[in-house]
Amino acid sequence: MRLRSILLRIGSAVVTLVFVLVFNFFLFRAVGDPKTDLARNPHLTLAGQQAVIHERGLDRSLWVQFERYVTQTLRGDLGSSFANGEPVSHVLMQALPNTLILIGIGTVLASVIGPWMGMVAGWNRGRKRDTFLTQGSVVLYSMPEFWMGMLLISLFAVAWPILPTGLHVTPGSTVTGVGHLVDVARHAVLPITTVTLSLLAQYTVNMRSSVIDVLHEDYILTARAIGLSPLQVRRRHVVPNALLPVVTVIGLQFGLVLGGVITIEAVFSWPGLGQLTLTAIDNKDYPVLQGLFLLTSAMVILFNLLTDLLYSRLDPRIRD
Amino acid sequence: MQPSDAHLEAAHVIVATDRAGRARKLGRALHPVLRTRQGQIGVVVLTMLIVVAVFGTWIAPQDPNAPTSFSSQILTGPSSSHWLGTDENGRDVLSELILSTQTSMLVGFVAAMVSSVIGTAIGIIAGFSGGWVDRGLTLLDDWFLVLPLVPITVLAASLLGQRANGLPLGQTMVLIIVIGAFGWAGTSRIVRSEVMSLKRREFVERSRALGASNWRIMSHDILPNVMPLVLANAVIYVSLAILTESTLSFLGLGDPNRFSWGQMLEHAQGAGAMAAGNWAYYLPPGICITVAVLGFSFVGHSIEPMFDPRLRERR
Repeated sequence: MRLRSILLRIGSAVVTLVFVLVFNFFLFRAVGDPKTDLARNPHLTLAGQQAVIHERGLDRSLWVQFERYVTQTLRGDLGSSFANGEPVSHVLMQALPNTLILIGIGTVLASVIGPWMGMVAGWNRGRKRDTFLTQGSVVLYSMPEFWMGMLLISLFAVAWPILPTGLHVTPGSTVTGVGHLVDVARHAVLPITTVTLSLLAQYTVNMRSSVIDVLHEDYILTARAIGLSPLQVRRRHVVPNALLPVVTVIGLQFGLVLGGVITIEAVFSWPGLGQLTLTAIDNKDYPVLQGLFLLTSAMVILFNLLTDLLYSRLDPRIRD
Repeated sequence: MQPSDAHLEAAHVIVATDRAGRARKLGRALHPVLRTRQGQIGVVVLTMLIVVAVFGTWIAPQDPNAPTSFSSQILTGPSSSHWLGTDENGRDVLSELILSTQTSMLVGFVAAMVSSVIGTAIGIIAGFSGGWVDRGLTLLDDWFLVLPLVPITVLAASLLGQRANGLPLGQTMVLIIVIGAFGWAGTSRIVRSEVMSLKRREFVERSRALGASNWRIMSHDILPNVMPLVLANAVIYVSLAILTESTLSFLGLGDPNRFSWGQMLEHAQGAGAMAAGNWAYYLPPGICITVAVLGFSFVGHSIEPMFDPRLRERR
């Protein structure tokens, strides 16, 4: 791919990020007043409030406030949490790895199983297998993720108690090393399964329609005509071509994945961004919610950019 | 002069044919929806939901808002007096479930309407104007598409929640505003591309030649032609709005003065209904959300192929 178009894409991602920053700044000023918000922080003395007002320029013009907001945010200073007075960036960075574990493993599992199921459905279009997979996916897709998590808890932690109901370690556990890892893994099984299930349906349905599209192409007819076996046609021609648009879907769905994982973590008390969101809502901890919004938006923008670049590498029509 | 029998008969015939005509028109409009199994299921589900939402107050065996509804029999299983058992305050779960339908329908329909109006307006203006207006609006559209829906609605609902007391419907209105305000980008994108192709058609040329203003062309020629597309999209958006409403309510951003399926699940989870094996409390709200989401997306998707011949072939 030409350098110019790469730079153009990176540039447009940066512009989008700037929009998010500006949007966030004005959202807070349109709906509330940052100065009175500060008074809700139980960890700030009156003098401390004055210091923050001065530092952030909250008593100055909107332009000064905006300038300071941008420089401070870019430096990673997102203010301090109302709940415990800790810096928001610190709170976020503590929770992020736990969320990335769920999203990472869940996405990988779903992007292997989903397209495979979509392939089976599309290849057997109209048969029983297709109907079963497609209708199952549609139902799965309509379920709220958090309820799916609740169902899994009631099945595998209550009715047939083989897995823990929540948290990421057994409370009071003092095991370290391998024992600790096993404990965390056991706690991660149900949340990861929920994330996988919530993504699976979308990938299945997309892959199915992509496979059906590809099967109509002339090159598939050619491949069949030159005597390739159905298995060869499927492996060499259908799957690679059908996967291409699905890659984009997987990348562009990232925002939805983040939203889903927030509620899933809330169900399992998994100590990630979702759990953080839940406590921040309860405490009306606006700086944390604001930080969460900025962080997740930045992640979505980054992910979209990566998908875009990856896609143009994979698709020879765009590459040249 | 007394009207003769013949007159009356003629009048009856006219009324009858008029009625039949109207019924036929409605039938024709619904026909593509009712032709598919999906559409049939969707219409049945939608009708049931709307009936329950409208008559819920009368259908519900108990008024869960009344102080007398609280009892010491908490988290009981299904019984003849409480078909789905009781919640952590000893109130009837079935009644809460029925009243929750109103919240979902209200938020779903109104939020979808808000989002469709914004999306349609921006899409038409962008597609019709072209030039820098189009470029600016498309950029705005790109930006709004990026905002992750749950984090932004959580943040906005929490911020706006401070002012909920001053709004009609309170926190429910906050949910409507928030879900409506952040979902229009998809609609405006689809409308824009439709308008781009419509504006080159002869009937627009004709209006322009007759001296119609841009505003008149947009509102009289373009709008009616994109309406069906907007409608299909709006119906699909209702399902997303219902899902988002239940997510926000589950996270504790719902209206404390109303019942909602997401909120019921939050309470069930908080009261330990799953550990207690109280399935009648935590299963039905989830089933209702799933069925409502399915119903609306079925109807929306079966309206879609009416306007997109490419989709029509696919089935």
